[in-house]
Amino acid sequence: MKKIEFNFMGSRKITSVISALLIIFSTISISYQGLNLGIDFTGGTLVEVGYPEAVDLDKVRRSFDNSDFSAAAIQYFGSAKEILIRIPPQQGLNSADISSRILDLISADNTSGVMRRVEFVGPQVGEELREDGGLAMLYALLCIMIYVAFRFQMRFSVGAVAALIHDVVITLGFFSIARFNFDLTILAALLAVIGYSLNDTIVVFDRVRENFRKIREKAPVDVFNISLNQTLSRTLMTSFTTLLVLLALFFLGGEIIHGFAMALIFGVLIGTYSSIYIASPVTLALGIKKEDLMPVKKEGEDLSSRP
Amino acid sequence: MNRYSSWKYILILFLIGLGLLFALPNIYGKDPSLQVSATRSAEISELTEFQVSAALDEAGLSYKDMTLGIGNLTIRFGDEETQLRAQSIVKESLGRGYVVALNLAPATPDWLSQFGAEPMSLGLDLRGGVHFLMEVDMDAAIDKAEERYISDLRSFLRENKVRYKTITHNKQGGLLIRFKNDNERDNGQSLIEKNFLDLNVVTPETSENESPLISTIKEEASFEIQRLALQQNITTLRKRVNELGVAEPVIQRQGQNRVVIQLPGIQDTARAKAILGATATLEFRLVDEEHEPQDAISGRVPAGSKLYYQRNGLPILLRKQIMLTGDSIINAASGIDTLSGGPDVTITLDGRGAKRMSRGTRDNVGKRLAVVFIEYQMETDEVNGELVKTKEIIEEVINAAVIQEQLGKRFHITGLDSTEEAKNLALLLRAGALAAPIYIIEERTVGPSLGQDNIDKGFDSVVIGFILVLIFMGIYYKIFGLIADVALALNLVLIVALLSLLQATLTLPGIAGIVLTVGMAVDANVLIFERIREEIRNGNSPQASIHAGYQKAFSTIADANITTLIAALMLFSFGTGPIQGFAVTLSLGIICSMFTAIMVTRGLVNLLFGGKNLKRLTI
Repeated sequence: MKKIEFNFMGSRKITSVISALLIIFSTISISYQGLNLGIDFTGGTLVEVGYPEAVDLDKVRRSFDNSDFSAAAIQYFGSAKEILIRIPPQQGLNSADISSRILDLISADNTSGVMRRVEFVGPQVGEELREDGGLAMLYALLCIMIYVAFRFQMRFSVGAVAALIHDVVITLGFFSIARFNFDLTILAALLAVIGYSLNDTIVVFDRVRENFRKIREKAPVDVFNISLNQTLSRTLMTSFTTLLVLLALFFLGGEIIHGFAMALIFGVLIGTYSSIYIASPVTLALGIKKEDLMPVKKEGEDLSSRP
Repeated sequence: MNRYSSWKYILILFLIGLGLLFALPNIYGKDPSLQVSATRSAEISELTEFQVSAALDEAGLSYKDMTLGIGNLTIRFGDEETQLRAQSIVKESLGRGYVVALNLAPATPDWLSQFGAEPMSLGLDLRGGVHFLMEVDMDAAIDKAEERYISDLRSFLRENKVRYKTITHNKQGGLLIRFKNDNERDNGQSLIEKNFLDLNVVTPETSENESPLISTIKEEASFEIQRLALQQNITTLRKRVNELGVAEPVIQRQGQNRVVIQLPGIQDTARAKAILGATATLEFRLVDEEHEPQDAISGRVPAGSKLYYQRNGLPILLRKQIMLTGDSIINAASGIDTLSGGPDVTITLDGRGAKRMSRGTRDNVGKRLAVVFIEYQMETDEVNGELVKTKEIIEEVINAAVIQEQLGKRFHITGLDSTEEAKNLALLLRAGALAAPIYIIEERTVGPSLGQDNIDKGFDSVVIGFILVLIFMGIYYKIFGLIADVALALNLVLIVALLSLLQATLTLPGIAGIVLTVGMAVDANVLIFERIREEIRNGNSPQASIHAGYQKAFSTIADANITTLIAALMLFSFGTGPIQGFAVTLSLGIICSMFTAIMVTRGLVNLLFGGKNLKRLTI
């Protein structure tokens, strides 16, 4: 069976440039445009109403314009029979009351709309979630960094975390540029992406570690290339089956899961890419050598002998 | 080589058997049912059972089953329509004293439930229902406590003939007592220190001519007040939830000053909000008989009084001093006043409240005592980028009746409009005496139609995703692929079993977590199989390849899965409800997939290939 060998590391200069550009674009978009944050993070009220038949959005908007809720954002949600009404936190309106009043407004229209769900998030809760979400991400990255440094070596740890940060930033950038709604479920998807991307990277690193110990007289670059080629079939397989399943969610899971699935699909693709073209090159660039991984000396001694 | 000792097979079969056992209840579905429980005075007995069945028979409603449990009675119906009709019939026949709640009772057969096997508990986004997060206003709790102290100090100092000028709230916190002179002040200070052990008394530096004293509540006492406020509010909310008639409500403390309330399956969400959100309290104040309300309206409010409005819109002047607050009330019952024949509410006070009531009314027979109904509403606005809370207080005098005689522990409130009003008032007083105002800061309501929709879609996507993976694995890895398929199916069974056993809540993101686990569970198998392929390519014998494949893949699988577990752990610790559901199913899924991918597939592989003389291996 003839194996096709790819020179992954050969193209790493080009891919680094591409990645750097993507990160720059993402950062710019996030800083200036920001994310289309859902009410989970901004506070506000969200009402989803379902109708037996397609409803005229303008008609609904007009009835809202004449009320206290003229700042409401109304759009279709999944189909023309479901609408989503979103009210930002507003001055002078009693928070818990808003949803009941909106429902009154809807039923006054005589178009037999049925309440599907209501979400009200007070501003301080929204703020807390913003902070907690950011912290969770940070803690996750920190714990992972420590664990990988422990199981492999410091340079791998930096490479792995670099890949993860790359994935998170670009995924956030994707959501920012496309103005997709970013709520709590998307954040959960992001953390799942961290888990998945890391999973992928670890598998590659595991093989690299094994090859470093086994193969003699090959430059680190070559060891990485060999390892990547060896794990290629596994990587493709797992990504493929995970994508199969995510596509099922994307198309069949309903509107709420839709965004979640999209974030994960994007994340899986980016995660696979980053294991090859971010984690490995970074670790290489830090000057990893065979000696760093020899099991004879203890990890601690290795680190302390470095300046 | 490649032989599993028998005990391993027994272990595998045992675990799989347990898994099937605990996963099974989920197939049986749930019956629409009624759950009857008793409040306070009534009790559930065979008599109740008889009453209920008689009422249902009379109305021509058939039921599947009626079971008498400890403290409750469960009646199962065939469909929701019958269930709803039955609810009103049973409520009517049993009357007050019983709560008749709508419920979805699991239809688990007895032989299963004996093992403790029950179906999974579904989250609100799958079941429909209401979720509230409420915050107790601790500042207000302290304020109220200080108000009480002001009242008490006034009476106390008067009784002990200490001459003071005013007692007011101090701007920097605490109370400011101004005395007639320094002598009185010192006297007052020592008396207060001896009798009010929860108060700190301090003589401030001042250049004014008055002799002031600043009193603050001691820190431990302050903490205690806050703790009690939260506890009392939780109790009150629990009572209110009972009045709503919801089965399996969740009322839990969250942090220092928040409460989570979840009401699954509730149909009328607006009513639930109205009752729970009714953050009303009561105050009792004497009516200021000496002045005219009209004067106050035109701007001249007499000192020591405050202007209020009655239900009928007429103004009324009440004294500033609060005689009693709602949290002194321990019971309230509506009934008929024997003297006038009209509706009344009998109120029972606690010891401290009784003392204050008797002291207050003793000197004021013939004067009117007003009952003020207070409702708090809070808005949080963004002012200059910061969150500012503004409170709005609605105060209404619902009743101003003449004090007939010195009142004590129990007394009546008469002059109510109707028996309906008496009932509502009694309910409010019984269940609604909040120690501190409480505000809804988060609300999530899922209508019943969406809940069912979510379940259907979630289920469909799991099934389809699963089947796709099964097919693919079977094609690509042939017989090993089929083995992996078996492992995947068992993986799902185990996840369901663990969720049911732990009674962890399944949410919509949780279903997504299961789906993701299916995709990732494949990974472990893929690692092993690819390794085996590689070993064969390198020229090793099939048996040796299988052995090496499992061995070498193991550490990779362990490392990769542990790091995903770390991410799941972060999600769990910071997330709320649905996110936690996702984290739980992801974690459980990873653990189960490790077991099935490594042990179960190995067992099957060993069974099929172990110990035989293999020449070739199709993988």
